[in-house]
Amino acid sequence: MSVSALKMPRSAQETRRLIISAIGWVLCGAGLVLVLAPLVDIVVVVGWRGIAAFSPHLFTENTTGANGGLYNAIEGTLVITLFAMLIALPLGVGAGIHLSEYGKDKLASAIRFMSDTLTGTPSIVLGYFSYIVMIIGFGWGFSLIAASITLAIMIVPYLARITELSLQQVPNSMREAAYALGAKDSNVVFKVVLPAASSGVLTGALLALAISVGETAPLIYTAGWSNYSWSGQFTHEPMAYLTYVIWTFIDQPDAKSHALAFAAAFLVMLVVLVINIGVRVAIRRKKFA
Amino acid sequence: MKLRPFRLAVLGLSLLIPAALCAVVLFLVLYSGEAIFFNGLHFLTQINWNLGNLYGDPVVVHGIQVPPGANYGMLVFIVGTLASSGIAILIAVPLAMGAAIFLAEIIPQKIRPMLSMLVELIAVVPSVVFGLWGIAVLVPLIGHYLAPNGSGYGLLTASIVLALMITPIIASTLLDALLQVPKENRESAFALGATHFEVVAKAMMPMVRTTLIGGIVLALGRALGETMAVLMVSGGGLNILPTSLFSPISTIASFVASQLDSAETDPTNMSVRALAEIALVLFFITLAVNACAKLLTSGALRVRKRA
Repeated sequence: MSVSALKMPRSAQETRRLIISAIGWVLCGAGLVLVLAPLVDIVVVVGWRGIAAFSPHLFTENTTGANGGLYNAIEGTLVITLFAMLIALPLGVGAGIHLSEYGKDKLASAIRFMSDTLTGTPSIVLGYFSYIVMIIGFGWGFSLIAASITLAIMIVPYLARITELSLQQVPNSMREAAYALGAKDSNVVFKVVLPAASSGVLTGALLALAISVGETAPLIYTAGWSNYSWSGQFTHEPMAYLTYVIWTFIDQPDAKSHALAFAAAFLVMLVVLVINIGVRVAIRRKKFA
Repeated sequence: MKLRPFRLAVLGLSLLIPAALCAVVLFLVLYSGEAIFFNGLHFLTQINWNLGNLYGDPVVVHGIQVPPGANYGMLVFIVGTLASSGIAILIAVPLAMGAAIFLAEIIPQKIRPMLSMLVELIAVVPSVVFGLWGIAVLVPLIGHYLAPNGSGYGLLTASIVLALMITPIIASTLLDALLQVPKENRESAFALGATHFEVVAKAMMPMVRTTLIGGIVLALGRALGETMAVLMVSGGGLNILPTSLFSPISTIASFVASQLDSAETDPTNMSVRALAEIALVLFFITLAVNACAKLLTSGALRVRKRA
C-alpha cells in the first residue's frame, strides 16, 4: 500500500469481497458470451453451408426423394403462409379492435386470458387437434387448407394482442374528436384509430409472418409432404414446406440431402431474421425520432 | 340499448379465440375418450408403449376394439419431458442471469440495445433450425468428447439445445426488471460501501426475485412444449427410462410428432386416440405452468411483497 499514504491497508475481509466481486463479474460476462455464442455459430454455420449449397436449380426443380431442388417446398411454404395470413389477419385485427376499444369488461379479460393460453399451447398439440378434426373428421386429408387454418389458430391470438397494444397507444382525444364530429364506431376505428396505429399492426403482421414461415410441428400432421408442386387444390393434396426439408433431409446419409437441408434452413433463417431485425431497428428509430 | 353492429362484429371475431381454445380441448377430450377409458390411470405410470399387432384381428377389451397386445403407457415420455426441461432450466438460469446482469450493469448504454436485440433474436430462431445446428455441431461434439457410448444423441444434448432456446426468455425478463430498479436503491447500497457486484447481488436481485421466477416458469412452459429441436437431437428413446445423461429420450411433444406413421397404420384408430390423450396431458401441463408464470409476472404477488 505504498501508492498512497492516505489509504488504509485493506483488511482481509475487504480483499475477499473485492475478489468475490471480480469473480462474479467474470462469471456474468462469461454468461453473456455463452448465451450469444451459439446464435453467432448458428448464423455462421447455416449461412456458410447454406450458401455453399446454393445453385439456380434450387429454385426451379422439385425435390425428388431427397435430391433435386427446393421449388415445391419454397412454393408450399409461401402458399401455406399466405393463406394462414389471409385467414388470421382479419380475425386477429378484429379481435384486437374489440379488446382495445370496447374490452373493459370481465368478458374481455377472459378473452385475453384464453388468448394467452392459446399462445402458450404447444404447437404440436394444435397440429394434432387439426389432424383429428380436419384430416380425419372432415376427411380433408393432408392439405393446404388444414395447414393454413392450423397456423392461423396459432397466430390469431398473437395478432390480437399486438393489435390491442398498438391501438391503445393512440390518444383518446383522437377518438373523442372523431365521435364529436358525429363519426360512427366503424368510422372511428377504420378512419382514425387504425391508421394512427398502422405501423404497430403492420409490425405484428410481419412478426406473425415470420413465425408461420419458421413453424414445423403444426404442419407435420396437417400438410404432410409432397414431392410435387401445388396443383391448386385446397383439400386432398399434401403440401411440401421448407422446414420439413430441414427436419428430415438432415437425417439422410448422403451429402446432397444435407446440402438441401442447409439451403432450406438458410432461406427460412433469412426470412425470419430480416423481418425481426428490420422490425426492431424500425421501432428503435421511431422511438428516438 | 341501441344495437351497435360494428361492436357486435368485432366482439364476434374476438370470441373466436376462446372458441378455438375450447374446440381444441373439447375435441381432444372427445376423441381420446375411448383411450382414456381403455388405458385408465395406468396410462401415466406404465413404461411400455406397444401398438400391438396392427395386422392381427382386433380384439375387444371392455367393449373397445384394440389391436391384439396393444398397451399404452406414457411414463417414459413424462420422465423424458421433466428431465430434459429440468436440466435445461438448470443450465439456462445461471447463464441468463449472468447475461442479464452484465447487460444491465457493465455494457455501456450505447451498445446495450444492440446486444439485447441479439439476445431477443435467439428467441425467434425457428426450433427446427436449432435442431439442425444441434445435429451438425453439438451432437458430434458431445458424441466425441463426452458420451461414453459415442452417440451424441440423448438427454444431455436435448437439454443443452432447450437451454439455449429458453435463455433469452429468462434473460430479457430479468434485464427489463433490473433496468427498472429505482436509482435510489442502488445509490443507497453504494453509499453503504458495497462493491458494484454486491449492489447487484444483494440490493437489486432480491427486488426482482419474483419477476425472475416468473420468467423461469415461463421458460419452463416453453421448454415443456418444445417439439422439433428435441425430436431431432434426443435420440427418440422408447419403452425404457433414461439411466444417464446420455440415454436416448423422448419428450411428450417429440413423441407425438414422431408417431404420424404408426398412427396412420392402426386399423382400430386406437393409437391415434392414445396420442390424443397424450396431447391432452401435455396441454394441461403447459396450461398449469403458464398460469403460474402469469400469476408471478403479473405483479399480483409482487405488490404484496413490497408493501
